[in-house]
Amino acid sequence: MTTLTIKRGPEFSRILGLGVARGENVVPNDDIIEPIDSSDEWIRKMTGIATRVRANSETSVIDLSERASLEAIAKAGIDATEIDAVILSTITYPHMTPGGAPVLADRIGATPAAAYDISAACAGYCYGIAQADALVRAGTARNVLVVGAEKMSDFIDPADRSISYLLGDAAGAVVIGSSDTPGIGPTVWGSDGAGAQLIRQTASWLDVRDGSAEAFPTLVQEGPSVYKWASFKMGPVALEAIEAAGITPNDIQAFIPHQANTRIIDQMVKQIGLPEHVAVGRDIVDSGNTSAASIPLATERLYRDGAVKSGDLALQIGFGAGLVYAAQVVVLP
Amino acid sequence: MAKSEAEVLEGLAAIVAEETGLDAADVQTDKSFTDDLDIDSLSMMTIVTLAEEEFDVRIPDEDVKNLVTVGDAVKYITGAQA
Repeated sequence: MTTLTIKRGPEFSRILGLGVARGENVVPNDDIIEPIDSSDEWIRKMTGIATRVRANSETSVIDLSERASLEAIAKAGIDATEIDAVILSTITYPHMTPGGAPVLADRIGATPAAAYDISAACAGYCYGIAQADALVRAGTARNVLVVGAEKMSDFIDPADRSISYLLGDAAGAVVIGSSDTPGIGPTVWGSDGAGAQLIRQTASWLDVRDGSAEAFPTLVQEGPSVYKWASFKMGPVALEAIEAAGITPNDIQAFIPHQANTRIIDQMVKQIGLPEHVAVGRDIVDSGNTSAASIPLATERLYRDGAVKSGDLALQIGFGAGLVYAAQVVVLP
Repeated sequence: MAKSEAEVLEGLAAIVAEETGLDAADVQTDKSFTDDLDIDSLSMMTIVTLAEEEFDVRIPDEDVKNLVTVGDAVKYITGAQA
């Protein structure tokens, strides 16, 4: 009987390099409160956000992705031609097809890398890490570029009091490649489609076609319900990721959750029982909620603040619309 | 064993005090969570979640808006106990 040849990859993978790109404009609360009849004080109290980064109108998801990707590739010390797969995680690329990833791969000189988009909202970066880790270790790709990129400001309603005022525009990218030692712990991930309406687009594209959409579709959320789910259901997921990696909370140097709301972050810290020495990503205060980009942004911020260094163990967890979630412990590049 | 309204009030007051820093004695049945105790929508969800654990009941998100006063919550929880 004829048997197939099966590729085998390296035993381990790791993050080789990180890059980020924030929207060009820093938008303070005072600039957005009028349409939502709110105040700087209220936004800070409810979300922790002081400013959010938003891109110029001519800047695209691909532009932000390109900037972050080139930095990640340079820091990884590889050539773009050594990338065999490009995964773009986004919910704001404004074309159903073609995907943004092939366009990005072409822009950065990674052609003919396999390239595809994934839609896992605020969990998208951690979903991408899970896929990249598996692709590298299976021998399917030598190096994988994972990008979380959003231009949320294209899909917001300035008068929406549920989520729009939280959102920012940015991209974060990492290159995942082979490693002599374990660099990415097992991913704990899942979904709960029963909560699909908790964070959603206001109308489908068919509603727009048929004229039944009241306005251009934007994002809305049931804030308190999302808070409850994220604050109390995601802590156990994060703990599972720590256990799956064979370590304890004492062994990690950083906790880098999706930057949804500082109140959620605070509650998760409490639920996990994180020791005080663990640095906690809180880039949301200045960058806002940038969905799939928020974890790499918060990681970059921790480096810049001197709170983490290469080789540190970081617990990261993404969670959001779907509902979807994913967590893993990684060795910081 | 199901708890009485007085026992639920005592337990709920402790949870509210823990979340808000208020004195548990100020958490009375006639007090409005929002207007009197200044509890915002997110803190309310924390209190609801901790109450669900404490009293082994389920309080669906859509029912939380009906819990205007502490007394409303005490009645709801007492009735929801198995």
